[in-house]
Amino acid sequence: KDFLFKKERENINRTQTLLKEYKERDKSNVFKDKRFGEYDTKISPEEKMMKRFAMERQQNYGKKSIYNLNEDEELTHYGQSLADIEKLNDIVDSDSDDTEEKGILSAELTAAHFGGGGGLLRRKAPMGQQDEEEEKPKSRKELIEELITKSKQEKRERQMQRENAMELTEKLDSEWKDIQALLAHKTPKNLEPERPLIPDEYDKMVRELGFEMKAQPSDRMKTEEEFAKEEQERLQKLEADRLRRMHGIDEQEKKKPKHMSADDLADGFILDKDDRCLLSYKAKRVEENQEEDGENGGNEREEESEPGSEDAEEATAEEIDAIDSHSDLESDTGSDEEASENEEEKKKHKRNKKKLQEEVEQNAKIEAARSELPYTFAAPESYEKLKSLLSGRTMEQQLVVLERIQKCNHPSLEVGNKAKLEKLFGFLLEYIGELATVEPPEVKTIDKLVLPLYHLCQMFPDAASNSVKLVFQDAAHDMEEMIEVKGRAAFPVLDMLIYLKITKILFPASDYWHPVVTPALVYMSQLLTKCPIATLQDVVKGLFVCCLFLDYVSLSQRFAPELINFLLGILHIATPKKGVLGYTLVHPFRPLGKNSEQLLVQDKEDMETWQKQNLPLHIMTRLTETLCFDLIKRCAALYGLLPSFHEIMQPIRGVLTEHLPVSRYPKHLQELHQNVMKELENKEKHYYPLVCEKKKPVPLKLYTPKIVKVLEFGRKQGANKEEQERQRLIHKHKREFKGAVREIRKDNQFLARMQLSETMDRDADRKRRVKQLFNSLATQEGEWKAMKRKKFKR
Amino acid sequence: MALPGESAAEAAAVLASSLESVLGSRANANRAFEILERLQAEDEEVILCAVRTCSRLFGALLERGELFVGQLPDEEASLQEGYSAEDKYKVWMRHRYNSCINCLVELMSHESFQVQELVLSTLMKFVDLEAKHPLMKAEWKGKICFPRELLKLVVASLIPVEADSSLLISQFQQYLEYDDVRFFAMKAVADNIGHVMQRMKEAPPPVYQQNVFSLISSISVPSRESEIANFLVKQAGNYEEWKVSKLKEHRLAFERMWLGFLKHKLPSSLYRKVLVILHDSILPHMNEPTLLIDFLTAAYDIGGAISLLALNGLFILIHQHNLEYPDFYKKLYSLIDPSIFHVKYRARFFSLADLFLSSSHLPAYLVAAFIKRLSRLALTAPPQALLMVIPFLCNLLRRHPACKVLVHRPSGPADLLEDPYVMDAEEPSESRALESSLWELQTLQNHYYPDVAKAAAAINQSLSLLEDDITELLDLSASELFDKELKKKTPTVPLEFEQVRGLFGQKNDIFAEHFLLE
Repeated sequence: KDFLFKKERENINRTQTLLKEYKERDKSNVFKDKRFGEYDTKISPEEKMMKRFAMERQQNYGKKSIYNLNEDEELTHYGQSLADIEKLNDIVDSDSDDTEEKGILSAELTAAHFGGGGGLLRRKAPMGQQDEEEEKPKSRKELIEELITKSKQEKRERQMQRENAMELTEKLDSEWKDIQALLAHKTPKNLEPERPLIPDEYDKMVRELGFEMKAQPSDRMKTEEEFAKEEQERLQKLEADRLRRMHGIDEQEKKKPKHMSADDLADGFILDKDDRCLLSYKAKRVEENQEEDGENGGNEREEESEPGSEDAEEATAEEIDAIDSHSDLESDTGSDEEASENEEEKKKHKRNKKKLQEEVEQNAKIEAARSELPYTFAAPESYEKLKSLLSGRTMEQQLVVLERIQKCNHPSLEVGNKAKLEKLFGFLLEYIGELATVEPPEVKTIDKLVLPLYHLCQMFPDAASNSVKLVFQDAAHDMEEMIEVKGRAAFPVLDMLIYLKITKILFPASDYWHPVVTPALVYMSQLLTKCPIATLQDVVKGLFVCCLFLDYVSLSQRFAPELINFLLGILHIATPKKGVLGYTLVHPFRPLGKNSEQLLVQDKEDMETWQKQNLPLHIMTRLTETLCFDLIKRCAALYGLLPSFHEIMQPIRGVLTEHLPVSRYPKHLQELHQNVMKELENKEKHYYPLVCEKKKPVPLKLYTPKIVKVLEFGRKQGANKEEQERQRLIHKHKREFKGAVREIRKDNQFLARMQLSETMDRDADRKRRVKQLFNSLATQEGEWKAMKRKKFKR
Repeated sequence: MALPGESAAEAAAVLASSLESVLGSRANANRAFEILERLQAEDEEVILCAVRTCSRLFGALLERGELFVGQLPDEEASLQEGYSAEDKYKVWMRHRYNSCINCLVELMSHESFQVQELVLSTLMKFVDLEAKHPLMKAEWKGKICFPRELLKLVVASLIPVEADSSLLISQFQQYLEYDDVRFFAMKAVADNIGHVMQRMKEAPPPVYQQNVFSLISSISVPSRESEIANFLVKQAGNYEEWKVSKLKEHRLAFERMWLGFLKHKLPSSLYRKVLVILHDSILPHMNEPTLLIDFLTAAYDIGGAISLLALNGLFILIHQHNLEYPDFYKKLYSLIDPSIFHVKYRARFFSLADLFLSSSHLPAYLVAAFIKRLSRLALTAPPQALLMVIPFLCNLLRRHPACKVLVHRPSGPADLLEDPYVMDAEEPSESRALESSLWELQTLQNHYYPDVAKAAAAINQSLSLLEDDITELLDLSASELFDKELKKKTPTVPLEFEQVRGLFGQKNDIFAEHFLLE
């Protein structure tokens, strides 16, 4: 059916187009339909009519004036010729003027226009009907003309009115302007009397209350307990975060919350805020702290009671450490979370109290310093500038300068300040390095400078980490070069050691991976493995690095083979006779060598000289061995839980028991030795056979159906999109081409059919005419014959 | 006549005029003495000039054929015996030529390198010319004559007993391109070593050995006979028959030279150098590589780094030449000591060990002993070595499924008091490694370097079937590790939240206890 229908349609189509062409093939003249928009279906009939009308008018208009040579150009006003306006009766209606009028047909007008048929209207307006009947004798044409003139007149009137109104308003405006100047300063005075002169007490109250800030429930002043609790919660959260990073769990997933508090950003100086809130809760628990102090032994209390001493800072540090040392194990094991938390809190109190004392005495100094210094500082743009700012000032002054630089250039104040302060961190780091290299090193100043460094770091972690990284990179490359040139490296000078320590202070060393700490660890590992020990200084530096290493890994309890190796090497140096070793030394130590008996404690003089050993770095208070023993002890405590603890410590134990001349050691050293041995022996030996985690059963493979977009059925799918597109186009082209050929063929067939039918028609026509001819001839002949016969008959 | 105070310019003028007159007419032949005398001058410039003049003079004479060919008669005798005047002249000139060469060889040990260089090139020019215009009578037709004696002198002067001559040797290398020169040089070296050693009586000076080594280490024999076609000698003769064009002869000479060299005790630095190049530039070019067995086993027994290096050559012998080495694995086992993670040849050793332990026919106890020992020593290793050795151990476990009990022993005794593994046992079979577990790797899971910890954690899961590729890890150095760490990018940098209180102010600060800020 469809097919038939389609064929039918095609046929019709052809007859309309092809046949027409065919029929007109010999004709040179063409019939053109010039009616506007006759075949344009887009235009609605009304519009079409309108356009046609307009065009007609245009044509007429042009034609009218084209031969009017005598007349001047017509003057117009608002699109109307002036002449027409003057005449007032023959107005060319401008459509543009009153559009709103267009659609509205007055009853009269409608009546006039459609008067003949409008029964409804007639009924509605009997009066009109009467009129109409009266005027009926008038012809329709007259009527319409009348109507037109009427309506035009009306329009004219209206326009006049409007113009008048406009004129009037203009006049009014100008007049108003004159008056306005007089009115201008009068108005406010006019308004004032509305308000009462003396506000009522009540009104005042109401207004005040209205303007007063509404106290929000969360902004209520917190009690000390709440502050304490909040602080504790914050610390707990941070600690949990740290632990998570330590175990390397979903490092990337969670974004680390910033450690900065809002206050921190607001005033650019953390200490103020911290002190404020912490002091308050400290005051309440003074007694508690005192008790704790009692526990910790008298000597601390003594120190505590001399607030005027210069070494307050050091004393505090030591004291804190002493307190902490008894909690070492607890916090190290980390198993008893709560206990360690408590511990931490207690420490906090303690420190705060100390801090207060310090603060009091320092405040005086700082106040003095403050008064001497200018209040604003531009952020230094180069290291030299910073140096010139800081050098020659006292420690306190330097601190104040830095603080003021920070405040003056707070990022919230100006756009460029962030970059400036970021740079400041690098300069400060450099400055510290320089302080460490001068002779003698100004370690105390560095000690203080760490504070601003820490704050800057908290503000700009990225910039800080980058500059610290840069320092390490340079150091590592220097070492690399030295190894290449000389075959061995030397321990770095003090500044690097201090940088390493600062890194530990600024960044959390317990992270599983940390962009700054991990390179630092690698660097330290290189130090411990590649730098041979030649002098006593090297030993101290090496042990310092060991301390650092231990410090870095103490929280995370990570295993560092280099550390153990180095300690073993140091012990080896301290042993007298080299018999059968029973252990093997690792690079950089050699079993035999010129330095191999360097640290041997032989007699009292040795000991004394060592006790006074003046190192450029710090004054070592005790023997290197003490430190070494202590480090071993700490290592033992730290690694006690590792499964191969005994294998790790076995060589050290061997040295300690067999090779060290303990009997010749001074007493405290012997005690320490005992302690270490105990620590080493105490660990139980537990070996549990390893078992792999159970493998998850591998699920059967489920084949999800492969879904391929089918663009064209029966076509090969191209590999990629472009290929597919190309294939599709090729295919389309082929199909179109075929279709076109078929179409042409059909057209030809159609034409042939037409021609055939034409010739058939023509033939039939001719036959018919021939027949007719014959007919007439026959009749003629017959007539003639009949006549002849008649003649003969006659 | 040469005068002690003569300036360089004057000498040059004299030399030029005498060269001209000697070459111009035979009557002036005596002026050749003037040239020869100046070879012994003090001034460097004069010597250089004289050497150049000699080179031109005798070069021209050789080309003209004005030197006596054949067995040279005694100078005195030749004057009396019935030689023609022509012959007499030639004999006389040949004697001058010989004395010139003697002078030049002496000059080879002149302190100035410039002189040495020029003399060397002059002598080699003579070698070249003599090869073209031989001074020996061909004993039969088609015999190719090579100035062997002259070359021998050159080679002997190249490897002096006292002074280091590596620079000169590097100059000489361009002549070693010629197959015949190389061949005769090898022979000359072998002879020279024999002579010197005899003279020195068991104590060859290290400098001499160093010289010899730098000369012979630059010699490489072509691998195919067809490649031997580059001769210095350009004579009509039967090259096919010539000994020099036989690859076998080359190899023989090469082998003799090396064996002669290695026969004597070497200083340990040289030992290492020899062992480093042994496996790919010596062994393949020898006729009988097995002749090196003695040398290699001796080296293997020395211990330490030398043993490690000897492994490579030994492996080739075992692998390709059916060497039976008893207790090879035991030896290998004993080679593994803590220093293995710190020595320079770490990569080489581990790639070889990987090879040795790749056989699936090795008994489980042996592999287990290796694994256990390596992991025990890993407790002292630096991170870059750990990153390599942990995948290495995992690969071993994969290859030898019988060793998997080391990481997976579900039904073992629960609570051991000791690690059953005996570290000190010499024999792998007595180490009881199979009864143990890899607690060391478990320990390393707590390593401070995150990648190491991650690698060690691989034993927690059952190992995947595919082996890890450790070739890239073999050469890892600490600085590479460091750079890699620095390059890692992070979105945020975690910060320490604990308030800072000065340099040593943190809680639990070890420093505050031991160091003072002063």
